[in-house]
Amino acid sequence: MKESTLRPEAAGYRHVIPAGDWWVHEIKGGQTLRILDLEGNQAADTLFYSAADPTERYSADRTIQHQQALYLTTGTRLMSTEGNVLLEIVADTCGRHDTLGGACSRESNTMRYAHDKECMHACRDSFIRGAQEWREELTKRDIPCNINFFMNVPVTPDGKLTFEDGISAPGRYVELRAAMDVVCLISNCPQLNNPCNGWNPTPVEVLIFD
Amino acid sequence: MKKLFEKTLEGAGMWSAVISRGKRLRMTNLEGGANVGMLLYNALERQERYNMPDTLKGQHIFHLREPYCLHSDMGRLLASVVADDVGWHDTVCGHSDAARVAAKYGECDYQQARNDWHRNARDCFLIELAKWGLGKKDLVPNLNWFSKVVSDEQGHLSFVEGHSKAGDSVELRFELDTLVVLNACQHPFDPDPTYHPRKVRLEVLAGEGPGPDDPCLAIRPENLRAWENNGTYHALRF
Repeated sequence: MKESTLRPEAAGYRHVIPAGDWWVHEIKGGQTLRILDLEGNQAADTLFYSAADPTERYSADRTIQHQQALYLTTGTRLMSTEGNVLLEIVADTCGRHDTLGGACSRESNTMRYAHDKECMHACRDSFIRGAQEWREELTKRDIPCNINFFMNVPVTPDGKLTFEDGISAPGRYVELRAAMDVVCLISNCPQLNNPCNGWNPTPVEVLIFD
Repeated sequence: MKKLFEKTLEGAGMWSAVISRGKRLRMTNLEGGANVGMLLYNALERQERYNMPDTLKGQHIFHLREPYCLHSDMGRLLASVVADDVGWHDTVCGHSDAARVAAKYGECDYQQARNDWHRNARDCFLIELAKWGLGKKDLVPNLNWFSKVVSDEQGHLSFVEGHSKAGDSVELRFELDTLVVLNACQHPFDPDPTYHPRKVRLEVLAGEGPGPDDPCLAIRPENLRAWENNGTYHALRF
């Protein structure tokens, strides 16, 4: 847990992402991105790409390998598929974040819950639309395994994995400093079938500081 | 079951093939301590691929073993683990790249060492992927057969030494026509200070799809629903 010294009033950009919506925006190298859990226990499914070359993007396995640990928190370096640092987590009042749980999809909803859940809105649809709006040539192949800020997916020493109630709360945030020019793509998770959003998806706010 | 193909993969060797549904791939650790990095794609819809998160959260597991399944990112099953002497296989730690291999084992290039040069898993994946029209965009979190990595309560990871013995095998049954891309490079957390990738025997066997009481489908209702999605796909596609 580490608090930030940045004041929200000093942010050069602020935007509230409603639940179920996507957001895509460039973060310049040296800028700081804060993601703020406004009402608590809201999973912010997040991807990062090199702004110059979207083929270079966030890698969950390289990030885990680099720190030899599963959870993301202050000090975690988010690694790219090319082995470069995209951003570093510099403040975190939630404590830990997930990168094993991936994003929900309409297809995986049928597998996880029931065939009739296929109609429900899901993160991978938001990721696809956000990616297309950034660069038209991006497709499903450009949606890798993501980060779930504010989501709690504990792994036990005997190898079990579960989705648990969140450990976040209203006003908690995570802050990341960009090590290169990156594009951030967020799907503010609409999932209603498990506790990842406290059964009630709510908005998150993004703030960018120079 | 009739054997259709057999090959001994040298340490750090690479291989890729399309294996149709019902057939099985048996991998045998010939010397102990082997690792097989693997990625899977629907052979006909190659944008559909093995998905580590859906495989783990769909089955509430952090590792693979019999009788669990390998899920695609489209709510379907690519393969099932139908036989397994090992009991724990990693899928979260990724694979080595040239920088990691050089830092760990020293530089050893082809000019110097000819075919004893140091290979890395990333290059092996990219080389084989390219032969099927795939590339860097398709390099997602992979499977590491025969390797065990455990997490403590804080999420710190430890590689378990001596986990897999000479003669141990693991067998997959494919549930979709699947492009299999694999290599026998060392696990990124292999603590052996020497470059020492181990040989693996690959066998492809004829076989049938799952029966009504198949343990891989019965272990989780999620697997049964994914299998039903495979049924819909096959009914419409073929």
